[in-house]
Amino acid sequence: MLKGGFIKNLPKIYGLYTGGFAIFIILMAIAEQYGMSAKNIGIMFVAFTVLIYALIGYLSRTVQVDAYYVAGRQVPTVFNGMATAADWMSGASFVALAGGVYFGGYTYMAFLVGWTGGYVLVASLLAPYLRKFGCYTVPDFIGTRYGGNLVRACSVFVLFIASFTYVTAQINATGTIASRALGIDFELAVWVGLISILVCSMLGGMRAVTWTQVAQYIVLIVAYLLPVFWISNQGGYGFFPHLMLGDEVAKIGELEQTYGLVKNSAAEIAAAGVPGGLKQLSVAHSAVPEGGMAVWKYLSLAICMMVGTASLPHILMRYFTTPSVKAARKSVAWSLFFIFLLYSSAPMLATLSKLSLLDPNLASGIIGKSIADVQALEWVQRWSEVKQVFIADFNGDGVLQLNEFFMRGDIVVLATPEIAGLPFVISGLVFAGGMAAAMSTADGLVLAISNALSHDIYYKIIDPKADTSKRLIVARVLLVIIGAAGAYIASFRLTSILGSVAWAFDFAMSGLFFPLVLGVWWKRATREGAIAGIMSGILSGLVYLLYVYPKFSVAIWGVAHEPWLGIDHLRFGMIGAPVCLVVMVAVSLMTKAPDKATQDMVDETRIPTGKTVIGKQH
Amino acid sequence: MSNNRDTYWGKTKNHMIVTLVIWFFFSLVIFMFGSELNTMSFLGYPLAYYMTAQGSLLAFVVLLFWTANKQEKIDEEHGFSEREED
Repeated sequence: MLKGGFIKNLPKIYGLYTGGFAIFIILMAIAEQYGMSAKNIGIMFVAFTVLIYALIGYLSRTVQVDAYYVAGRQVPTVFNGMATAADWMSGASFVALAGGVYFGGYTYMAFLVGWTGGYVLVASLLAPYLRKFGCYTVPDFIGTRYGGNLVRACSVFVLFIASFTYVTAQINATGTIASRALGIDFELAVWVGLISILVCSMLGGMRAVTWTQVAQYIVLIVAYLLPVFWISNQGGYGFFPHLMLGDEVAKIGELEQTYGLVKNSAAEIAAAGVPGGLKQLSVAHSAVPEGGMAVWKYLSLAICMMVGTASLPHILMRYFTTPSVKAARKSVAWSLFFIFLLYSSAPMLATLSKLSLLDPNLASGIIGKSIADVQALEWVQRWSEVKQVFIADFNGDGVLQLNEFFMRGDIVVLATPEIAGLPFVISGLVFAGGMAAAMSTADGLVLAISNALSHDIYYKIIDPKADTSKRLIVARVLLVIIGAAGAYIASFRLTSILGSVAWAFDFAMSGLFFPLVLGVWWKRATREGAIAGIMSGILSGLVYLLYVYPKFSVAIWGVAHEPWLGIDHLRFGMIGAPVCLVVMVAVSLMTKAPDKATQDMVDETRIPTGKTVIGKQH
Repeated sequence: MSNNRDTYWGKTKNHMIVTLVIWFFFSLVIFMFGSELNTMSFLGYPLAYYMTAQGSLLAFVVLLFWTANKQEKIDEEHGFSEREED
């Protein structure tokens, strides 16, 4: 099915796919006019898209090691860019990013800079060299470059911690979206989500994940951009919102002045009975917070996210699939372009959404209206029922003030089409987009973990004589086990103990960034240095997280600690990564320089031409 | 041959440093002066807001295409250019 002809025909195949999807959207819009219920439209959107992914996953099945681990190294530049963008943009990015911007303002937008700027590090320090090296997994590079099973196992350990933290959140997001769209219990929806994820990856490994991710990117980007452009045009804000919302941003600033940004104390909020996770708007939309600490908070968050991006194995391994080193470099640029399309739209969506709620001149504006009227609105009722929206009349005057309206950040993406009065077909599309985003990231992560375990632990350490079919069976069994473990944790809602997806970035940067970069850029880096660096980095980061995260520190020390220099639990990589660097350099200099063969290997890694360092089959 | 490799790697290293300097400027330096920048405006947006919402992101995209093309030129100059395989 996927022979040379398939690669040549990719633009045509995905062109047809996109056209088919557009026709499906139009059919749903017509069905809505003829009275199809909102619920059924949601079900149709999720079911249809998931079935397509499953079909692609089935058609991409393979029995070859090269295809299973690195998609046969024949994924063209632009398509790999799309697949990486889908791999990268998680359910959290899709559903929560605009909400984060809505509530967090300028400081939160350090995430946008961090999650894009990291690709510059990927492109200039790592991706082309790892591609030349010819490894199957990220620990495969570390294990071969530094030599030995111990260093390989250490890097698998870091990979496991970072990726598993991330994957439970993704399976959780898949479950949340599936449960809302299909109208089933969350506990069941998690397993439905898991099965959808596994059919996309189990039969074809990296090859299947690649082609489903391209399909998922198309769905998620259409689902994100269409509402933004639609609302902007319908409201007369400008036909190209990204360039034309300056007045609206200024208007929000004025409205904030008029209404006043009030932050109620936690005790007041609890006393009013506001459900957990809901927020009031208390941070300015576009103003920069004053003071050196505010600047440091912004910069340190951006640094952690950038360096973390460049260390996450499920992203790095996407660049192992390109046909050449040159293609790997270009592919990073395309990835960032496709990511940019969504990330630059999130602040625009937040702006449009905020204006439509705040502006008293708009029909959709709710601030300053009577609470009884607002509570009669259909979308307010619908989202209040599921505890996503809450109104607390603090001053008891029966009029809604800015600080009296609470909502969950996810609402900005999930409900804005509804609030702005768009047809429900758009909301159905948004559900399908959120599902695509969560599934594609979960797929990449589950594959990254199970590949590292099957290739680096099973094949390289436990049973180097295993034949191809045995290796692939082990890989698939591990895939199911890892996925099931993630779903099990998600179904019991234990994810709240895992805190934030930002942790995955901090773990990865603490243990992997410097061993990877120095492996290419510093010949003197030794095995002992790498082992000491990886372990001291990840452990110091972990200990600091336990120290600084209130839930953990209260459990261990009985008190919550103040963050040191403003380095809170979102930024603990600021501790781990420097420790890793210092220890790795010091230990490397104290131990004997790597032998000639290793140095030659590094030299080979640095030039694009010639055979891969590891060789074609391994 | 080994001399050619050394010059190639020297140029590649310099190119990497130039890329990272530009990256450093757009990712960190400009946000050290967020409040000052926000008094200026671009396309009607306050400048620091614009940069964090869109401007720096766009700068990274342009930087990556530029840097990949430049590196390809360095490859060609030293005979390390790969055949088109895709």
